[in-house]
Amino acid sequence: MGLTAQSTGLSASKEMIDLQINPEQDIVVALAGNPNTGKSTVFNSLTGLNQHTGNWTGKTVTTAYGRYKYGDMNFVLVDLPGTYSLLSNSVEEEIARDYICFGNPQATVVVTDGTRLERNLNLVLQILEMTDKVVVCVNLMDEAKRKKIQIDLDNLARILGVPVVGTNARSGQGLKELMEVVQKVAQEKLPSKPFKVNYNSKIEEIIRQIEEKIKASVNSKLNTRWVSLKLLDRDKAIINSIEKYLETDFGQVLAQLDNFDNETLRDQIVTSIVKTAEQISRQVVSFGNKKHNELDKKIDDILTSKTFGIPTMLVLLGLIFWLTIEGANIPSQALSDLLFGIEGKLSSLFLSSNLPGWLHDIFVLGVYRTLAWVISVMLPPMAIFFPLLTLLEDLGYLPRIAFNLDNFFKKACAHGKQALTMCMGFGCNAAGVIGCRIIDSPRERLIAILTNAFVPCNGRFPTLIAIATIFMAGSSRGLTQSLIATLTVTGVIVLGVVMTLIASRILSSTILKGLPSSFTLELPPYRKPQIGRIIVRSIFDRTIFVLGRAVVVAAPAGLLIWIMANIKLNGLSLLSISANFLQPFANLLGLDGYILMAFILGLPANEIVMPILIMSYMSMGTMIELESLEALRNLLVSNGWTWLTAVNVMLFCLLHFPCGTTLLTIRKETKSWKWTLLALVIPTLAGIALTFTVTQVVRLLGY
Amino acid sequence: MDNNYFPLHLIPCGKLAQVKELLAAGNSRRRMLDLGVITGTVIQALRRSPSGDPTAYEIRGAVIALRSEEASQILVELL
Repeated sequence: MGLTAQSTGLSASKEMIDLQINPEQDIVVALAGNPNTGKSTVFNSLTGLNQHTGNWTGKTVTTAYGRYKYGDMNFVLVDLPGTYSLLSNSVEEEIARDYICFGNPQATVVVTDGTRLERNLNLVLQILEMTDKVVVCVNLMDEAKRKKIQIDLDNLARILGVPVVGTNARSGQGLKELMEVVQKVAQEKLPSKPFKVNYNSKIEEIIRQIEEKIKASVNSKLNTRWVSLKLLDRDKAIINSIEKYLETDFGQVLAQLDNFDNETLRDQIVTSIVKTAEQISRQVVSFGNKKHNELDKKIDDILTSKTFGIPTMLVLLGLIFWLTIEGANIPSQALSDLLFGIEGKLSSLFLSSNLPGWLHDIFVLGVYRTLAWVISVMLPPMAIFFPLLTLLEDLGYLPRIAFNLDNFFKKACAHGKQALTMCMGFGCNAAGVIGCRIIDSPRERLIAILTNAFVPCNGRFPTLIAIATIFMAGSSRGLTQSLIATLTVTGVIVLGVVMTLIASRILSSTILKGLPSSFTLELPPYRKPQIGRIIVRSIFDRTIFVLGRAVVVAAPAGLLIWIMANIKLNGLSLLSISANFLQPFANLLGLDGYILMAFILGLPANEIVMPILIMSYMSMGTMIELESLEALRNLLVSNGWTWLTAVNVMLFCLLHFPCGTTLLTIRKETKSWKWTLLALVIPTLAGIALTFTVTQVVRLLGY
Repeated sequence: MDNNYFPLHLIPCGKLAQVKELLAAGNSRRRMLDLGVITGTVIQALRRSPSGDPTAYEIRGAVIALRSEEASQILVELL
């Protein structure tokens, strides 16, 4: 391949993902593989922190690419979406296939799972049909060894006709060899004679005929055999892309193929691939222990059993909250001591520098105090909650949740993967909404997006936890207090899940009518979690991000509240005027005007609802130094809170409009203001209806 | 339909079965083929979800959960 062809290829690469590359120096390598093979660990280990994310042109799937240096050369590694195959035409498969074909990577690494090689070979064989420059990476060799699975890598390389490298991406084992081999393949220094699947004689005959006809127009820019197979398959989308890429027209060739039944042909093609994978696997893999999956099955016997499956799930959820509530107390206290200590110093600094008093009030009592509150209340629970959630993710537990709950989602006519997007919403609803991309069917994806805010995000947990601790746990202290608080918060979440299901059901029988689409869910083997990586990932990717956002929003909110509390009309502050205006409606819901206003002003981020409320209650318009929950309790009670108010605040916290970021994300994902508005209205109406009912019933009963 | 063939979702948990025919069409047929579900594939029914559906099956070394709607499109013979 000459330099010109290479640079055209790279410009295609550039176009497809807006890649920043230098065609003279950079070597572009594509990273393909099945999901759950440790592909992203390979990617992270090779590129380290040198990563970027980008969008595939015109597609909703994001991708990561990163750089690494090996020898004296620069490599750009493009992480393709994880797929089992390249034949099904899901968006992910289309992207991976198009990139390997038309992006002209100088090498393609296929990451496979050593413990399930046969299944992974399916994708390897398909990629070998498309390009010669392939390196097969057999990952998770340590796990395979533990399960007494032996893989003859040399024999595999001999059969496949391309280099095979065994790796343990977690410990970094084999990665150097992988980089070495990739470099050689990219520079065409290794002989490559990729294995081609042999189809039945009829298909082979047709392929030969087509190859003859298209040889000239393909002009060695693509693999002729592969193009013939695609023509035979008569897959419109890919044929169009090929025609565009080759600047040719296959209309005539296609017309001659009209008399074949392509469903049967397709079956025969796939069957041949699967059978070949089976044969190769039989030649290179030997199982020292036939029951190597026994441990996984035993764990699943408990975690997904009829009796214990759902209770275990609730206990795990409760345990996470309990650890968060108990664990966050001490650091919260320490942080608040520290931050309010700084406030004293700030105050004296302001006063000694002869600045006007109102400036001190605005910045120290308004902005700084709100920030201090948000940080000391939010940071500790997040720093505990996020790693725990990531730990469950890493262990492979989330697909089990989807498995346990799927029938409920099916009955709600929703997609089985909605359980997964719901779990993502626990961290952050905006992230959950983006996560809905894993749902193919547009109808079910919309349902998942519209109902995502029914599970409380991390911005709402501190409010729920604080109120549950001081009101529900009542006068009890210590362990009992945190246990009651845990039960309450868990109960709120279960209610959120139930509301998700009800709302999904209503949506699918009204404006989003339809039946659930076909769905398959893999339950991957349990993996030993990588504690270090979990902590780094959850602290940097999530905690800092969410906290940063809260801080950015809290500062101006603190300013606004201070101003509203201090500008007076006819002796009443703007804050009181607005609260009085909302009061009659809020009273119907068992809330008060200040609470409702706090929720409305908290639209930019749920984290600031409590700080705003506390500030509003303080007559001076600034927050007290809340040294303890006891002080908060006294403040709330003196402002007329009863247990009913507490219940309603928790209900409304669970069920109200999503935050501004989530709404903007919904707008971006659905490209429609109509759906965005609906995402705002649905949970709000649910919240109003529920709090109204609870309040009226309780009042009627005379409590 | 041969009398010995059952739809996969009727296979009791723990039992092995061999695929005889795939009834699904279009994209869901492709998805099944991608999972390696072809004539002759041996599938083991592992367990049902606590909520009654889906069922987890071992297919070519991987554990895949299928709803009864999808599983009923796979005709198998009990081994």
